[in-house]
Amino acid sequence: MSAPEAQPPEPGRPSPPPRSGATGASEARSSWTARLRDSAVSAWPPERLLPDSQPTYVSSWIYVFGAATIGAFIVIVGSGVILGLKGPAWWHDTGVGHFFNSIHLWSVEIFFFTMVVHLWGKFFMAAWRGGRARTWMSGAVVFLVSIGTAFTGYVSQQNFDSQWISTQGKDAMNSVGIGAFFNVTNFGQMYTYHVLLLPLAVTILVAGHILLVRRHGVVPPIPLGGASGGGEAAAEGS
Amino acid sequence: MVGIASGGLGAIFDLNQPAHYVHWHFFEMSVANVSVIVAMLIVFALAILLPFPGSKRRRRQGGAE
Repeated sequence: MSAPEAQPPEPGRPSPPPRSGATGASEARSSWTARLRDSAVSAWPPERLLPDSQPTYVSSWIYVFGAATIGAFIVIVGSGVILGLKGPAWWHDTGVGHFFNSIHLWSVEIFFFTMVVHLWGKFFMAAWRGGRARTWMSGAVVFLVSIGTAFTGYVSQQNFDSQWISTQGKDAMNSVGIGAFFNVTNFGQMYTYHVLLLPLAVTILVAGHILLVRRHGVVPPIPLGGASGGGEAAAEGS
Repeated sequence: MVGIASGGLGAIFDLNQPAHYVHWHFFEMSVANVSVIVAMLIVFALAILLPFPGSKRRRRQGGAE
């Protein structure tokens, strides 16, 4: 197959930068965008970022709970956007509002359910092996931030339940000295945390977690012989 | 069936009523939370024990595809 011929640039559009040659390489090294691109492509080549096959050991139900958690998270964000657009009067006083409120609640239940099973599975297969410590730690941080996201949701319901939870929760916040900065009885503050800050943090952390999984590969089961194989070879083949 | 669910299990899991609690020495937890934890343990065990569709065929083909 022959290389495509260079097309002349369209009038008014800059010509594309050279992709090879000494001049292009030296310019690339001096450009932070080129360095960032090179390092990103080196860490996540397309076939590793979006693989079309997985190692044989991934054919187990215990490996589906991470993806199930992401699926639940997508439903949480989607239903949350609708709830945020319509407001508390809608989700409390209309049938459709109740429906989306329930979708939001139960997707959160499934999110935590599948995330805990995912965590147990990864814990018992020591998923931090083979240079995957950051993958494990980022997952643990996602779990903790998700708890905060859910808590701010419970105190943002605008009903007696949220009043009860917030007046109980304020004592916990005050006891650790953060009640002045994180006031669970302040609806505006909790709502901002719930619909913007913490979901953004969870989204960024989940994206980083997935990138780390793609970088290092899915952790293999612990070998039966007791060898502490980290699965680097398997990761390379994933 | 619906009557049993609403009158029996429904009474236990109805979150609009005071929660039923499990007391055992120092352990104290609502029935709803205990049920969720037990369900997670069951799902975890099933995820390990149940065969994944197509797993035997993939093993026969051997190695990473």
